[in-house]
Amino acid sequence: MSAPRTAPTEAEVSAVVARHLHREGPLLPILHDLQHEFGFIPETGFQTIAHELNITRAEVYGVVSFYPDFRTEPHGRHVLKICRAEACQSVGARALEEAALARLGLDRPGTTANGAVTVEPVYCLGLCACGPAALLDDKPLAHLDETRLTRLLAEAGA
Amino acid sequence: MSTHLNPPMKIYVPLDTAARALGADDVADAIRAAAKAAGLEIELIRNGSRGMIWLEPLVEVDRGDGRQAYGNVTPGQADALLNGTLESLGPVEKIPFFARQTRLTFARCGLIDPVSLADYEAHGGLAGLRRALALKPEEIVDEMKLSGLRGRGGAGFPTGIKWDTVRLAPAPQKYIVCNADEGDSGTFADRMIMEGDPFSLIEGMVIAGLATGATRGYIYVRSEYPDAIRILEQAIRIANQNRVLGSGILGSGHAFELEVRMGAGAYVCGEETSLLNSLEGKRGTVRAKPPLPALEGLFSKPTVVNNVISLASVPVIFERGAEHYASFGVGRSRGTVTLQIAGNVKHGGLFETAFGMTLGEAVNEIGGGTRSGRPVRAVQVGGPLGAYMPVSRFDTPLGYEEFDKAGGLVGHAGLVVFDETVDMLKMARFAMEFCAVESCGKCTPCRIGSTRGVETIDRIAAGEAEAIPLLTDLCETMKDGSLCALGGFTPFPVMSALTHFPEDFPGAAKPFKEAAE
Repeated sequence: MSAPRTAPTEAEVSAVVARHLHREGPLLPILHDLQHEFGFIPETGFQTIAHELNITRAEVYGVVSFYPDFRTEPHGRHVLKICRAEACQSVGARALEEAALARLGLDRPGTTANGAVTVEPVYCLGLCACGPAALLDDKPLAHLDETRLTRLLAEAGA
Repeated sequence: MSTHLNPPMKIYVPLDTAARALGADDVADAIRAAAKAAGLEIELIRNGSRGMIWLEPLVEVDRGDGRQAYGNVTPGQADALLNGTLESLGPVEKIPFFARQTRLTFARCGLIDPVSLADYEAHGGLAGLRRALALKPEEIVDEMKLSGLRGRGGAGFPTGIKWDTVRLAPAPQKYIVCNADEGDSGTFADRMIMEGDPFSLIEGMVIAGLATGATRGYIYVRSEYPDAIRILEQAIRIANQNRVLGSGILGSGHAFELEVRMGAGAYVCGEETSLLNSLEGKRGTVRAKPPLPALEGLFSKPTVVNNVISLASVPVIFERGAEHYASFGVGRSRGTVTLQIAGNVKHGGLFETAFGMTLGEAVNEIGGGTRSGRPVRAVQVGGPLGAYMPVSRFDTPLGYEEFDKAGGLVGHAGLVVFDETVDMLKMARFAMEFCAVESCGKCTPCRIGSTRGVETIDRIAAGEAEAIPLLTDLCETMKDGSLCALGGFTPFPVMSALTHFPEDFPGAAKPFKEAAE
């Protein structure tokens, strides 16, 4: 994950918005782009987005807070998403998630104290015939077990 | 370079996310490096998956005498693969799991280079569109009705009737929206076709546009599928360059613009009205129906909302004819169903077959039983909102009405297998918990009922048998009172767990009389 951690300026937010103004219903593509470029969507940018799209700040807030993907604060340097859905549960995903959280010193999904890894829940990655599945940053992982996950987490600096 | 007259050896390494998750990228790199070291000229093609996930990475090598398959290939086997000493599985078409299938929608998936339009056309692609271009809109719709195709996303609504409603709705702008928000656990058919044969989806959407008069389309893909998004966008660029999309489709006077939109992690956006709100840039809350999206859909305009598999099945219907498609199946379930055999199963993957195969055949004969080797205890059919079927219901044929009668639903045709170690009370609790996490919050039975459901199941687990009727009652309320299938169908997994596996619910020792509806 190489996205910068600093909040975008008003001009930077406007520039992203401008790229999408020609679209129908541009808000989600705008939010995705902001998060992709800056790592998160700061609340300080809501007013700019609202102004450009002629909607209220509350509407922007409502959309950002509705979708689990959007975050208003930076996450850890790496993001681990372990699948919680039924197909992965049938092959031991819940125990794997518990073990991962314990190793990272977390009692629920969140970011490690050293800021290295953020664990997020995910419900299905479409890897249901080869679970337990997870996503470490952009890398899909299948047939995951504790030994391999421990090694990957160590490599990620956790 | 080499002086031989034969073309270079062709090597197919899947780019499918499941294959990548099992190491396909490293295998591809190792093959390229080994070929370079050996001074061997090869053509490496990243194809879609053939659907036999337990054999991934499944590499195929064509030395000029047909494709030979190699299963579970590791980077260390690259040299052996190239020099012919690695043991082959033979041609994919001879592997029993594959040989038993009827591949219509998935005929090209894994066979071709997903982003080669020439490859697509050489394997029957665009023939359906050419035929549709010569037909009147009502004739296209009639062909769809004749095919018997029903919505493969889960609802099973006849596709031709939906198209006809949009066709007859007068409006300056109409839309074709593809629901690619495949969030159901145990399903990956949409992902596989988007990654392995994206042009079939594009072609299906263009035909839907011709039938209804819609000139704009959106594919709403969940953000958990970044590879599918990337491949679709690449395919759309190629389709635009070759006038499969854009203005003047294949030299005709018709136009169709297509765009991919990425979801943002909300399961409920797989519900069509919530998806439309999301596309409009709003919170993904569910809309009350009526009005139907076919009349007032995206931006209040007439809109076809179809699942990926429904739309990707359209080209083959027009290529081979509606009667051919309808000649497969059982009862009112015509054509093929793309089973996704998943969970704790030995031979997991995608299995396309005519409707009518029994659940037991799919799980035991095709899937080979559990991966753990323990006996099968339950199979959840149709995603997180589908019923848990016990082994005693394994004789149920896979068909919409047939499953309905057995107290379940086919849904998007995902089968998630569990072995005897599963705790069904925990699975019922998970269903309620999932509903609570994913509820859009618009209607009370779903938003509050799901949380009360978790609490009630916890009481049952603590030994309060008198909470069981309360749970049954709550499920009735959610079923009857919820606005959409999330709250309305969560009772399926809960009640089927309670009904078929009462031994896991303290105080419910004897089986309940009433079936999970």
